[in-house]
Amino acid sequence: MENNAITAIGLTKKFGDFTAVNAITFEVKKGEIFGFLGANGAGKTTAIKMLIGLSRPTNGQATVAGFDVFKQTNRIKENIGYMSQKFSLYEDLTVKQNINFYGGIYGLSRKKIIEKTASIIENLNLRSYANKVVGDLPLGWKQRLSFAVASVHDPKIIFLDEPTGGVDPATRRQFWEMIYEASNNGITIFVTTHYMDEAEYCHRVSIMVDGKIEALGTPRELKERFKVNSMDDVFIQLARG
Amino acid sequence: MRKLFYIVQKEFIQIFRNKAILPLMTVVPIMQLIVLSFAASNEVRNVQLAIVDQDNSEYSRLITSKIKNSDRFILMDNPPSVKLADGMMQSGNADIILTIPPQFEKNFFKNKTGEIQLLVNAINGQQATVGAAYLAQIIQSFNQEIRLDAVPQLAVMKQFSSPQLRIENSNWYNPDLSYKDFMVPGILGELATLLVMLLTAMNIVREREIGTIEQINVTPIKKWQFILGKMIPFLFIGMFLLTVGMIAGKLIFDIPIVGSLWVIFAYCLLNLTAVLGIGLFISNLADTQQQAMFITFFFAIIFILMCGLFTPIESMPKMAQYFTIPNPIAHFVHVMRSVLLKGSEFSDVAYNFKVTAVLAVVFNSLAILSYRKVS
Repeated sequence: MENNAITAIGLTKKFGDFTAVNAITFEVKKGEIFGFLGANGAGKTTAIKMLIGLSRPTNGQATVAGFDVFKQTNRIKENIGYMSQKFSLYEDLTVKQNINFYGGIYGLSRKKIIEKTASIIENLNLRSYANKVVGDLPLGWKQRLSFAVASVHDPKIIFLDEPTGGVDPATRRQFWEMIYEASNNGITIFVTTHYMDEAEYCHRVSIMVDGKIEALGTPRELKERFKVNSMDDVFIQLARG
Repeated sequence: MRKLFYIVQKEFIQIFRNKAILPLMTVVPIMQLIVLSFAASNEVRNVQLAIVDQDNSEYSRLITSKIKNSDRFILMDNPPSVKLADGMMQSGNADIILTIPPQFEKNFFKNKTGEIQLLVNAINGQQATVGAAYLAQIIQSFNQEIRLDAVPQLAVMKQFSSPQLRIENSNWYNPDLSYKDFMVPGILGELATLLVMLLTAMNIVREREIGTIEQINVTPIKKWQFILGKMIPFLFIGMFLLTVGMIAGKLIFDIPIVGSLWVIFAYCLLNLTAVLGIGLFISNLADTQQQAMFITFFFAIIFILMCGLFTPIESMPKMAQYFTIPNPIAHFVHVMRSVLLKGSEFSDVAYNFKVTAVLAVVFNSLAILSYRKVS
């Protein structure tokens, strides 16, 4: 348990008669890059929302960063970062103002915010954009800035919900470099994606079908088990049922 | 507390960056204040009158000239027959027809009575009743004069005659019955509350539409910090608007400021807090800005029509009067008028302070409770 960043046992979410997430059980180790795959509507986003405290589970148990998803959502929120498929920085604020705002509401000290602002702008090469409104940035840059802002408070776990949707391959590449760097710094990454090449970058992946986790393992294990050559084929076999 | 500061800071940056909202918050309300205060007049003037004088006597001409001298009436014509006058009313050229029948003067001397007919176009009830009342007043005073004239003994007997009540009016707090003095404070209160309600109603729902609300919800920020952070900037804008409005009211309309400005501003702060609660509550209920607009519109119409600005609350049916109690604009208009015109002190409007405080607590509790971080 202590080596796990996330532990979920029988985690379930029902909306009326519809079971969006059906008793999923898995664990994510500290420092791991965990790919959370599934077709559209398989229940990935609902599952993430339960883990990050945006949605209350109907049943089951889960701990995130050592805190209970039922009772300690605020402690969880202090220890995680989240980047959703919807772009969530303020387009009418400048790059600096966005960092300042999110740093502020995460309770960072003024000094820390200044440090963080400088290092993010430096790392992302945004010097000439620092005082421009975020709405003027190209999408790829926005996504990378989003990721940086989601980790402004040095969280233990970062949840990424389809972070690279609609982004060109080169930028996706850069994005994954950021993910690896974070992972090397000991941050656990929990990522959903539709790109199977990205699934190959993950340490371990799970594949969700109709609210259940149908397969879980390293990309290599899964390919061997399903006797195919690519994650694409694994996914298609499972998703077709 | 520091987190609160960052939210307030962010809201202010966004407000000042938005080039469309800023003039909407400052210039437009002042323009509304000016236009509404000049135009939205309840006074009845320029009543179109047709007089059918079938008597053509000294007295009938005297009445006509008396009425002509009043600035409330425009004598359109003296049609020779009632039928022609009816035609004038039909075509909209006359609001009131005054008919003086033949033998009017003769009957008056002979039988001590005279009859005059008023035909009133009551489509516009206000104009009709008030206009007819003015006219009746003129004729009444004319009557007093000719009574003495016609029956000279009366003048002699006057001191012995049966006692008569004479009513003397004196208009307190607004001696000239200036319509602007009466309307400007009310309109100002109404504009400030409406603007603040609309802006806040659109605010959170906008973040929901853009998707930033989700990002806020995964931060450990507390509900009250978020709501309060949203409120403070709009409270500031409301107070700013009120200040500018008061200055404009003083400079342009020379509205009297008899009472204490402290009471006005303290009450404004309290009232806007209540209104903000409504706005934020709406914002939490709505999923889109469009929905928020319509809900706000619904409340705004009720609030405006039932706030006592245009129609006195006292003349509403009892049931409707109860509905004005939870209407913050009604209290605002009342306090503005009492303090500015009458010089009411805090103790005089304490009731409004109390009710508004309760409203503020209720509305803001609703706002905080309805803001759900977790689905």
